[in-house]
Amino acid sequence: MSAIGELSTMTRRKGPMTKEEKKANGRDNKAAYIFLLPWLIGLVAITVGPMLMSLYLSFTDYNLLQPPEWVGLDNFIRMFGDARLHNSLRVTFTYVLVGVPLQLGVALLIALVLDKGLRGLPFYRSIFYLPSLLGGSVAVAILWKQIFGTTGLVNQVLAMVGIEGPGWISDPNTALGSIILLHVWTFGSPMIIFLAGLRQIPVMYYEAAKVDGATTLQQFWRITLPMLSPIIFFNLVLQIIGSFQSFTQAFIVSGGNGGPSDSTMFFTLYLYQKGFGQFDMGYASAMAWFLLVIIGAFTAINFIASKYWVFYDD
Amino acid sequence: MTKLQTLPAASGSSAGKNGKEGKSPRRRESPGSLAYSRSARIKGLVKHAILIIVGAVMIYPLLWMVVSSLRPNDLIFREPGLWLESLEMSNYTDGWSALTHPFGHYMINSAIVVLGSILGNLVSCSMAAYAFARLQFSGKKIFFGIMLLTIMLPFHVVIVPQYILFSQIGWVNTFWPLIVPKLLATDAFFVFLMVQFIRGIPKDLDEAARIDGAGHPRIFLRVILPLMVPALATTTIFTFIWTWNDFFGALIYLTDPDMFTVPVALRAFVDSQSATSWGSLFAMSIVSLLPVFLVFLFGQRFLIKGIATTGIK
Repeated sequence: MSAIGELSTMTRRKGPMTKEEKKANGRDNKAAYIFLLPWLIGLVAITVGPMLMSLYLSFTDYNLLQPPEWVGLDNFIRMFGDARLHNSLRVTFTYVLVGVPLQLGVALLIALVLDKGLRGLPFYRSIFYLPSLLGGSVAVAILWKQIFGTTGLVNQVLAMVGIEGPGWISDPNTALGSIILLHVWTFGSPMIIFLAGLRQIPVMYYEAAKVDGATTLQQFWRITLPMLSPIIFFNLVLQIIGSFQSFTQAFIVSGGNGGPSDSTMFFTLYLYQKGFGQFDMGYASAMAWFLLVIIGAFTAINFIASKYWVFYDD
Repeated sequence: MTKLQTLPAASGSSAGKNGKEGKSPRRRESPGSLAYSRSARIKGLVKHAILIIVGAVMIYPLLWMVVSSLRPNDLIFREPGLWLESLEMSNYTDGWSALTHPFGHYMINSAIVVLGSILGNLVSCSMAAYAFARLQFSGKKIFFGIMLLTIMLPFHVVIVPQYILFSQIGWVNTFWPLIVPKLLATDAFFVFLMVQFIRGIPKDLDEAARIDGAGHPRIFLRVILPLMVPALATTTIFTFIWTWNDFFGALIYLTDPDMFTVPVALRAFVDSQSATSWGSLFAMSIVSLLPVFLVFLFGQRFLIKGIATTGIK
C-alpha cells in the first residue's frame, strides 16, 4: 500500500483500542525509542522545531543580523498587496494545473499502450523512465535553455520546414510553456506506477466483459479507469505536491530571476529571492506557511473529491 | 461500476500486493481465429510505431547534447542532426578547467555529500523502520502518522529556520547541513519504503531468533538487515541520484567555490559563460549526468521496483 493509502486507512478506521492492543502497546518501549532516536531527534530539530520557528518568524521582521522584531500580521498584509507575489502564484498555479494533468495524461496513455505484454516492454520502459531521473538536474535545465533558445534545437528543426520560431524562453508568452514541457518530459515515473497498477487488475474482468460483448472503449471506461482510480489519485496527490515546490528548472532556465518579465517567477523562486537574496526572512517564512496552506488545501480537496471518483475494490 | 460488482468472485481475489510484479497470465486475448491474429498484429505494429516515435522524440535532445559536446562550438547553433564529422575533444578539456577549480574538484565534493547522505539514510532509516514495523510501543500510531505526513511536507516551510540554525552553529559552507539531516532520518520516504519491506519478512524468523535468546539489536542486525538488502539497495540508489542532483540545498548552504558541488558549479558556469562556450557547458553537463546514467544502467531493477511500491520519483 502506498503512503497515501496508508494515511487514508488510518483516518478511516478510528475505533477504540481493544484491551489486548493496549497491553501489547508499550511492550518494547525502551528498545523502540532507542531505534527511533535518530528519527526523533530529526523530527524535533530538523522538522517540527523549524516549522514552529518559521511560524513565529512569519510574524516578525528579521534580516539575520538584528534579532527578530514582532510585527504581528504585517507580513501577511504585505502579501495581499504584493503584485509580484500574486503573479508568482498565477505562474505556479498555471504550471501545476496545466503541467500535472498533461504529464499524468501522457503517462497513462503510454502505460496503456505498453501494457498487455508488448514485446520489448523493458526496453521501452527504460527509455521512457530515463528522463524522470535526469529531469531534476541542472544539466538538463541547461540543455532546455539551449533547446528552446532563439537559435536552439527546436528552432533549428523548425527552420528546416521553413518556420521561423520565436525565442521560446526569451518570450514571456512561451517561457512557462517550455518549462511545463520539461515537466511533461519526466512522465516516466508516474507511468511506472500506472503500469504496476494495470497489472493488478484481474484479467477475468476483461474476459467477462468480452463475453458480454463490451468494446475496448467500454472496457477502458468501465474496468480499467475505475480499477486504476486509486493509482491515478495517488499520482495526482504526489505530483501536485511536488509541482508546487518545483524550483531548479525555472531558476536555471531564467538565470535565477524568473524572467522574462516574471513569466517564470515560481512561488518558490520568489520565496528564495525574498529569503536568501534580500534576507527578508520574516516575509519568506510567511510565504512558506502560505505555500503549506495552499498545498494542504489542494491535498484536502483531492481527498474529499476522491470519495466521488476513486473506486476502492475492498 | 455496478456491473463490476455483479461479476463473480470479483472482490480482491487475484489482486496481489501493490507493486509486486504480478504473475497473472499476461494474455488477455485468447488467440483463436485468423482474423484475430491479423488485427492483433496490426495493432501491435501501431503500438510499436507510437512507442518508437515518442521514445525517439524524448531521447533525441539528450543524444543531440552528447553529439554537440563533441562538435566545434558554432555548429551547436546550426546543426540539428546527429552525425559527427570529426571528434572535437576540446570542449571537454576547456570545460574541465573553465571554473576556479578543475571540474573534478566539484565531483569529489558531490561524492562526499552523496556518500555521507547514503550512509546516513541507510543507518537512520533502517533503524526507524525496524521500530515501526516490528516493535510495539506507546504512541506508535501517532508517530507513524506523523512520519507519513512529513513525507509530504514541503521543504520550503523549514528551510528558513534550518538555515538560521545551521548558520548560527557555523555550518554554512560546510557539507554538514546537507548530510546531518540524513543521519536523522528526515528522508521519511525511505523509512516508509523499509517499513513496507520489513512487513513482508515472515515474523517466524524473528520469533526463532528470540527463542534463541537474541535481543532486538541482534534480531535487527542479524535477521532483518541481511534480508532487507533489496530495500537498502533501492534507498542507496535513490539517495545517490537525488543528492547528486540536489541544487536547492547546495545553492543555499554552499556559496564558497571551494565547497561547490556539481549542480552549483554548473550554475556558476552558466552564469559566467559567453555565447561561445556552449560546447564546453554541454560537455560538463554530460560529465555531471554520467554518474546518474551509470546508476540507472546498473540499478534499474531496484529503481523500478522502488517506484512501483512507494511511488517515489
